[in-house]
Amino acid sequence: MTAQERFAPFLRRLAEVGLRVDARASPGLLPAQLILVQAEDWRRLGDEAKAWACRWVAGWGEDIGEDGGEMTRINACFEKAGAYLLARTAVLGANPALDSHAPPFPGADRPERHTQDMFGVAFSGHPDARRWTRHQAWKDSEYPLRRSFPAAGRPEAQTPADHQYNFLLAQGSGVYEIPVGPVHAGIIEPGHFRFQAVGETVLKLEERLGYTHKGIEKLAEGRDAEGLARLAGRVSGDATVAHAWAACMAMERAAGLEVPPRAVWLRALMCERERVANHVGDIGAMLNDIAFAFGFYQFARLREEWQRVSREAFGHRLMMDCIVPGGVAVDLESRFIAALRDEVRTLRKQIGKLMAIINDLPSVADRVRGAGVLKPEYAKALGCVGYVGRASGMDFDVRRDAPYPPYDGLTVKVPLHHFGDINARARIRLEEIDASFDLIGALLAGLPTGPVRVGWKRPAAGAEGLGLIEGWRGEILSFVRFGPDGRIARFFPRDPSWTTWPALELLIHDNIVPDFPVCNKSVNGSYSGHDL
Amino acid sequence: MLRILGKIQRIGIVTEPVPRLDEPALTEIGEQLKAGIGELFRGSLAIREVDAGSCNGCELEIHALDNPYYGIERFGVHFVASPRHADMLLVTGPVSRHMEAALRRTYDATPEPRLVIAVGECGANGGEFGASYASCGAVSSVIRVDAVIRGCPPTPLALMRGILEAISKRAG
Repeated sequence: MTAQERFAPFLRRLAEVGLRVDARASPGLLPAQLILVQAEDWRRLGDEAKAWACRWVAGWGEDIGEDGGEMTRINACFEKAGAYLLARTAVLGANPALDSHAPPFPGADRPERHTQDMFGVAFSGHPDARRWTRHQAWKDSEYPLRRSFPAAGRPEAQTPADHQYNFLLAQGSGVYEIPVGPVHAGIIEPGHFRFQAVGETVLKLEERLGYTHKGIEKLAEGRDAEGLARLAGRVSGDATVAHAWAACMAMERAAGLEVPPRAVWLRALMCERERVANHVGDIGAMLNDIAFAFGFYQFARLREEWQRVSREAFGHRLMMDCIVPGGVAVDLESRFIAALRDEVRTLRKQIGKLMAIINDLPSVADRVRGAGVLKPEYAKALGCVGYVGRASGMDFDVRRDAPYPPYDGLTVKVPLHHFGDINARARIRLEEIDASFDLIGALLAGLPTGPVRVGWKRPAAGAEGLGLIEGWRGEILSFVRFGPDGRIARFFPRDPSWTTWPALELLIHDNIVPDFPVCNKSVNGSYSGHDL
Repeated sequence: MLRILGKIQRIGIVTEPVPRLDEPALTEIGEQLKAGIGELFRGSLAIREVDAGSCNGCELEIHALDNPYYGIERFGVHFVASPRHADMLLVTGPVSRHMEAALRRTYDATPEPRLVIAVGECGANGGEFGASYASCGAVSSVIRVDAVIRGCPPTPLALMRGILEAISKRAG
């Protein structure tokens, strides 16, 4: 069933309640159905989507002002049962305002604050008007994603620290604050965590992100297709394959470019390898955070061996820049087929043996069971995707529910748990490793022959495309629009971390401060992928 | 417990002798370095890693230095949680403007003699991001840099070689 068919009853319902909705065909935006909505109906659209049990996926802006006046387009993407709906409206003027979707969809909170900081759109009815992405690198009257704002900006000689942000305060006898970061104790990305605690127990955690904001959306403007693929591959280095694939899928759909089957299969092979590498590494890191050094070093060893094979087979340990517009940069030599298959067999056996040891240890079970619980209703409210969502009952995987080639011809096992604790997230990851092993086997067995890349085709002026990929963290949405010169006019990548960072604030509640590292690692949001 | 010990015994030591590159073998440099580290850092080099805005690719490879294959601690090198305990800062970039003040403060908190290595293409020259309204670009545009390790991201071997070279430069 197409998105058009799936959403037809919803559009009829909108018409019944008096919303003027204009459904448009836009081939580049498939599998999503595009609808245009009046700005004054925006909030009601959100309420109706909520009542229709949609998930709020992503929201982003676009400066479409002409010489005649300023205009900002606002997009909101919804999903239900694997079908996507892209709603779009426009607001006018230098200080535009639009109703917020955050009251019906708490997951829209930070994305709307990002749009507020980057485009100057005020969201009325938003529960939290504080800035989010902006610290002190530009003024509160400046909006970097407006066309009039120069990419070089107007920075001061030294950017001051952002110490005026209003954190929520807890008060009372014995309540104290622990500020953590932005420079953390380990080898990890920067961000700030503000804990309010009583004794060992966390009353409240508030995150302050945006430290790694590098202006990715602005930098994308004016790039050619290859340049955008390189940039997308650095939105979040640990998900370089998935982000590059999502961006290339969006660009190829905008251009109407057909990618050779062998290239598509190789992309999936790399994406599954990326998933396995990250899950294996993270399971080790979670064991490290509960001071189980044996498990950490064993899984670190397995990850290293896996990455070395990636380098041999694809030329890069993280497979960076291997996915390019029109296909893949390197073909897989036939001598690797058997080797990759053997590698899966060996790793599966090794993980099985290690887990037999680890599952036997009460000291491990004691730290991961019942700790860091994300209740299913919270996961649903926030629209959590990936293993964080699937450990809390959110049964969604793009590969199975909105399948794209080559997954449309393969069986994708999607594990599901409901308890939402650290243990559930670790189990889901182990089961996902196993599912990826099966997929790698199927991909190697059915790998088509033929070319691995076709020449780039310049898309029409204004052509737009949507890429949707199940990366290792979950659903990645990538939107691109081309300008009249065949160069990028707008790029918006929505990393799944946008949906899981707010979940961390909830799941740490009532846990003890020393359990924060393992709780955090079990979620492992990307700072860079979120900060953009 | 017996199973853990059994596994440890069966796997054995996988730590590799570092392979020969263009220069003399790194293990040789490592030996020379022990003298240098002995003089400057009393036999133990403490590194504070600072992500000043990277895409996290460099962090993955810096992490790998701790895995049993590279085992960088055998050269007397270890990662510490505070700049006040550090002899060296390993900084990945580009330096986002939002991290600029934090990086300067981390640098100021690091006692002399301190070494700074800019890691990755972004740390070296801004890489794919360059300088913009949001990014200062290279680490050297914010703090004094002693050495650069290039690569996107640099492999663990390149990182090891870069760290050891930076030390020997200071020692020499």
